[in-house]
Parts: sequence; C-alpha cells; structure tokens
Amino acid sequence: MYATLWRLIPGPVWLRTLIVLVLLAAVLYLLAFFVFPWVDQMTAPAQEVTVDR
Amino acid sequence: MTDSVQGELRRPRRRKRGVVSRVVGVFGELLITAGVLVLLFLGWQFTLNGVMLSNQQASDADQLIDGWQSGGDDASPAPTAPAADGATAAPAFAYGEPPAPTDDAAPGDAEEFAVVYVPRFGSDFKKTIAEGVDPRSVLNKGGAGHYTSTQMPGEVGNFAIAAHRDGWGSPFLKINELQLGDKVYVETQAGWYTYTFRGLEYVTPYGVGVIDPVPQVPNAAPTDRILTMTSCNPLYVASERIIAYSVLTDWTPRSAGAPAEISGLVGA
Repeated sequence: MYATLWRLIPGPVWLRTLIVLVLLAAVLYLLAFFVFPWVDQMTAPAQEVTVDR
Repeated sequence: MTDSVQGELRRPRRRKRGVVSRVVGVFGELLITAGVLVLLFLGWQFTLNGVMLSNQQASDADQLIDGWQSGGDDASPAPTAPAADGATAAPAFAYGEPPAPTDDAAPGDAEEFAVVYVPRFGSDFKKTIAEGVDPRSVLNKGGAGHYTSTQMPGEVGNFAIAAHRDGWGSPFLKINELQLGDKVYVETQAGWYTYTFRGLEYVTPYGVGVIDPVPQVPNAAPTDRILTMTSCNPLYVASERIIAYSVLTDWTPRSAGAPAEISGLVGA
C-alpha cells in the first residue's frame, strides 16, 4: 500500500521525500484539529467525575 | 552487465507476488496505521488537547471577568444592599452577607457563569464554571460544571461542582493535594467568594449524598455555605469519586477589589 503510494509520487527521491513530509504534516493537522476532537466527543465516557444515581 | 542482470532478476520476483500475499501485506500496513493512529490520539488527548483546552479556558475566564468589570457600575448597588442583613446570626463577613442570587440571573444550560481560582492547583489556576455536569457540553471543555440541583456561590447550602482529573485539561488533577486552610475562590458578577478547604472524602460513583445541602445528611436544613468539588478516583480508573469540601469564610464585593492572593490573576 505505502510502496504503491511512494511509486505514485513523481520526481526524484528528495522531491518525493519533501512531498511525503508535506502530506504527513497535512494529515497530522487534520487529525489534531478535526478528527481527534470529533472522536474525543464520540468516545467520551458518560460519567466519570460526577456522582449520580 | 551486472546491473541489467540484477534488474531482470528483481522484476520477475516482484511480479510473482501472489494476490494473497499482497492482500495480507496491505492488511498488515492498515493494522500498523491503526495502531499508530490510536497512539497519536492518546498522545493528543494528554498533550495538545490539554493545552488547547487550557488556553480556551483562560480566554473564556478573561472574557467573563472583562464583562463583569465593565458592567461593574451598574452592579454597584449590590454591595450596599447586604447592610440590612448585617444583624443576622450568620457568619460575620467584613462586607456583610453576600447578595442572594436573583432568579433572572440564573445561568442557562452549559453557560459559563463563574470563575474558580485554586492557588494550590497552580499560581495561575483559573477555570470557568458552567451550568450543568454534562460531559460533552460542559466538562470536556476543560473547566468545571455546576450540579444544577445544588445552590449557587455564597448561598446557604451546597454549591457543588465537578471537573476532570485525567484528561480534558485535567483541571482538578491535584484535588488530592488540597490542605486544610487552602483557599478556593469563586468569582461571579457580584464579587469573590472565599471558601476554605476543610477535608476530603471518597465515595462510590452513586454517593449523591455529597451534594446534598448538608453533605451526607439528607433532608437536613442547611446553615453553612459549603463548596463541594467532585472528581474521579483513582486516576485513570475512576471506580470511586474524590470529594473536596470547603466552607465559605469570606466574601468580597466587586467594588472592594479582588482578594490579595488572586489579585494578579483577575486583571490578567
């Protein structure tokens, strides 16, 4: 899978490395500010710090 | 010569890779990716998310305080009104009885209506208190939540709040480090309520008695003004609840300025 992706990226190795780093940064940004906050709200335990009947 | 031979040797080998082998390979890479994502998420919860929530809390608290200070002139009659109650037998505060909260000032669901300062938790500890203890709309925002059924700050009875200890900014992380006599300040539009920490208690998650007007004494008529803080215990397990009780020992109207211990934080 990742080998195929690597082959799909054009250019010499240094350019490919650069493109991969940029893509990784973009993925991490999307995860940290959009995906993870959403997952956090979805998976949050119902009651953890409160007393309840 | 050797290059072309090697090239011919390598190519056929790659083509020979069977479908099963390739499917297994992709599946393995997906599993590794999933594992990395889970670890990233856990790391995010306890680092970046905590920092972001803390920053948001600080700016929310400052915004509340700014609103109160700019509206301070309109609220000026409040500190003078309590003088009439001065003769009651309740604890004698330097500025008299704190004003009773008015019904039209009741905060809406999940609305931030107070700021809590606990110097023991950190010299810059400043978090909002919002109405209700719903995890998604209140507690996971990194501040504290007010049990809607309990009293308001300064009222006779029990002002009960809850907050996280392990994640979501961990506002009450050091709740077990409170020491007798530590101050917990609650700021509202009216001014600052100074609660003094008295003791800890550990209960089950169903120990609702701790938020009664007289904690653990159902249906008793309250005379004290209690602040109850609840959080999870043990850390990361949460099979119990840790409870911190404080008692109102002073009250400072807005016109008199913030108590010395937190005055540096209020204007910030």
